[in-house]
Amino acid sequence: MLSFLFRRLLQTIPTVLAVVALVFVLFSVVPGSIVSSMSDDADPQVELRMKKQLGLDDPVYVRFGIYIAKLATGDFGTSFRTREPVTFMIAKRIWPTLQLIFAAMAFSVVIGVPLGFIAALKPGGIVDTLAMVVAVSGLSIAKFWLGLVLMYLFALKLGWLPSFGYGDGGMKYLILPAVTLGVSPMALFARTTRAAVLEIMTADFVRTARSKGMSETRVVKWHVTRNALVTILTTVGLQFGALMGQAVVVEKLYSWPGIGSLLVDSVLQRDIPAVQGSILVVVLSFLAINLLIDVLYGVIDPRIRYA
Amino acid sequence: MFRIVAIVAGLGLALAATAEAQTPRKGGTIRMTAPYGSSFTSLDIHTTQRAQDEIYAKALHRSLYIWNSAEGKPVLELAKEDVVSGGGLVHTFKLRDDAYFHNGRKMTADDVIWTYNRIMDGTKAYPGARYVRVIEGAAAVEKGQAKEISGLKKIDDSTIEMKLTEKVDPGFYFWNAITSIYPADEAAKESFLQKPIGLGPFKFVEHVPGSRIVLERWDRFYKPGKPYADKIVVSVMGEAAARDVAFRNKEIDTSVLGPAQYVAYQNDADLKGTVVEVAEVFTRYMGMNPAFKPFADKRVRQAINYAIDTDLIINKLVKGKAYRATSWLPLTSPLYDKTMKPYAVDPAKAKQLLAEAGYPSGFEFEWTTSQNESWGLPIVSAVIPMLDRVGIKAKVKQVETAVLAEVVRSGDYQAFIYSQATGPDPQAALKCFHSATPQSACNYMNFKNPEFDKLIDEAGQSDDAAKRTQLLQKANAVLYEEAPVWFFNYNKAVMAVQPWLKGVQLNATELTHQNVEDLWVDETSPAK
Repeated sequence: MLSFLFRRLLQTIPTVLAVVALVFVLFSVVPGSIVSSMSDDADPQVELRMKKQLGLDDPVYVRFGIYIAKLATGDFGTSFRTREPVTFMIAKRIWPTLQLIFAAMAFSVVIGVPLGFIAALKPGGIVDTLAMVVAVSGLSIAKFWLGLVLMYLFALKLGWLPSFGYGDGGMKYLILPAVTLGVSPMALFARTTRAAVLEIMTADFVRTARSKGMSETRVVKWHVTRNALVTILTTVGLQFGALMGQAVVVEKLYSWPGIGSLLVDSVLQRDIPAVQGSILVVVLSFLAINLLIDVLYGVIDPRIRYA
Repeated sequence: MFRIVAIVAGLGLALAATAEAQTPRKGGTIRMTAPYGSSFTSLDIHTTQRAQDEIYAKALHRSLYIWNSAEGKPVLELAKEDVVSGGGLVHTFKLRDDAYFHNGRKMTADDVIWTYNRIMDGTKAYPGARYVRVIEGAAAVEKGQAKEISGLKKIDDSTIEMKLTEKVDPGFYFWNAITSIYPADEAAKESFLQKPIGLGPFKFVEHVPGSRIVLERWDRFYKPGKPYADKIVVSVMGEAAARDVAFRNKEIDTSVLGPAQYVAYQNDADLKGTVVEVAEVFTRYMGMNPAFKPFADKRVRQAINYAIDTDLIINKLVKGKAYRATSWLPLTSPLYDKTMKPYAVDPAKAKQLLAEAGYPSGFEFEWTTSQNESWGLPIVSAVIPMLDRVGIKAKVKQVETAVLAEVVRSGDYQAFIYSQATGPDPQAALKCFHSATPQSACNYMNFKNPEFDKLIDEAGQSDDAAKRTQLLQKANAVLYEEAPVWFFNYNKAVMAVQPWLKGVQLNATELTHQNVEDLWVDETSPAK
């Protein structure tokens, strides 16, 4: 197991380096700079000094070299906008983003997986049809629109929840953003679970179990569920990465103080160190979650070995 | 008799109720919104000149001057008097002796000098340097040739002498938050960036990046009885639709409105009374590059102004959320010429002018634009068929706002559409068109006109305010005649304000920038 983990960690290094290089090159070639985004009527002399101070006059390869050297020591650089260390900025934002993503994931798994299961147990029935309508709708609805509808309904009309903000970070502020973010993966989990369960239900080992006289409850519990979990876990892992990206829209809509809103402003203002740092954290989180899921495969399905 | 007594008594009660309603209430929380992005840039206001950041800075900090919306000009704030000498170049400020920083220390002349020296630190490139540079010797500090600004002298703890390089009103240079006075001892510390200390009516409590800034009343604020509110919460809300829901749900007290919401609020009986509006000192225009041959001819530029039905665009597309521009200086400028009439819609005259200029069949140009809904792609799309009517074809080049700013400053365009600050100082706004002003500064159309230069130079040298006004108005008229731009509109800033929030000032420089010590909430506010 340890050698497996070590190997996987080594494999992440080229991925991280590729992402770092890609983001750096992209933001070196796109037009616009922090200096021009600071104000519509900035002073040219100040702009020149700012460019020099931020090292924007240096050739790209020099800047990249400096960035990589700093990164190797865990230094993400200093934000062009706030003049604070990027690590410090991200540290302040990571918890709200994780809160949001874990809550959205919990919502989507708790609703989506049982929905898919129930739908698959009676394929073609009314529950299946309704579940798939919900799933297709959930995948099709734009998050921005859904967020506004939820705000309108639960904040303005029913008055149950606040329409925006982080408040004290408590549950009542988290519900609407989490549901907005979680509807799409919920729909995906429902569809994936349904497909996986349907396939397993017709597998030879399930037929054998039934022929041995095992009750349907035991068949579903011991054979179908465990086997379906591998597929579901894979989807969960992939969805973590997707949610980190999609959180941008939700965080901006609800004034949620996460990495997503930091990323949006940093991109718009060409705050390159903050963009690089934010993307790197998203990528590292994605890799970490997927590594964890690889480990869980072996726990769920003993046939999977880390040779 | 009884009836008369009843009427008099009723009137008396009504008057008493009105008087009570107008008496500012102490306490409560003001909940403002910061609508221009997903976060604040920095808690060090010297590093940023974004409108977004000045919203909170108006509560936390104070500068030597402050913008007075009622008078439409900057007035002394941290100084009690300004004695001018030395042919208008030397200003001796008597500072307030009752201004205390949020750490309890009294402000002195040393703080003012330290602050301006900090802003001129060339290695840090603070944006406020453009204003402080007007003090003699400030440029030398910026270039690293001197350690302190020679034109700033401490006479005593509460008196400071400032020698300027130009004969200008220092109020227009030292009222913005980017020249806020910092406490010399505290601001140099690292912790200042996390917990800023200022001289404003509210002191810092917390900043949740990307969400809000909370400030509470500073009891030792120098204006007696102010501020009224106990607390201010400034929430970052970049999404207009989300602000709309929050405003209707009474979760926020102010919300900036876009064109579509402006119409919706005006048509809603419950919300109509919440709308406040002001003509801001911003002019929207299409700039034409004289290096592109057709635009070098004044007749072509005038033809474009005649070809476009500007009122139609303002009414239908901008939903009336703008004022028709006549020339460069906006409606709220003290020098705005009310007698000047905007270019009429006259396609026949436009065609005639084009023919006279040698373009009877028109020509084609590239129009660089951002996606901005009020002065970007939607406007360009509406104008294209109007220009087509007179034979001018426009090809759209769409870029991001940050890129547009670079394009405009570098002159790498044939035409562009933009929104530019044209105030509050009319002299500075017009000086942008002086041939000595670099294109990268604000002479974006690289305008060169000897008659205009002469008028601006004479106005700069004149001590007679009336004569200066006359000269600058003439310069504005030259711009109208030369038409270096298509004069589109002056921004109408619109904000919805909850009925319980009182004292909102119609600030023509930026409506969201409120002198918060004058704001108060009555007892109907749902905020604790």
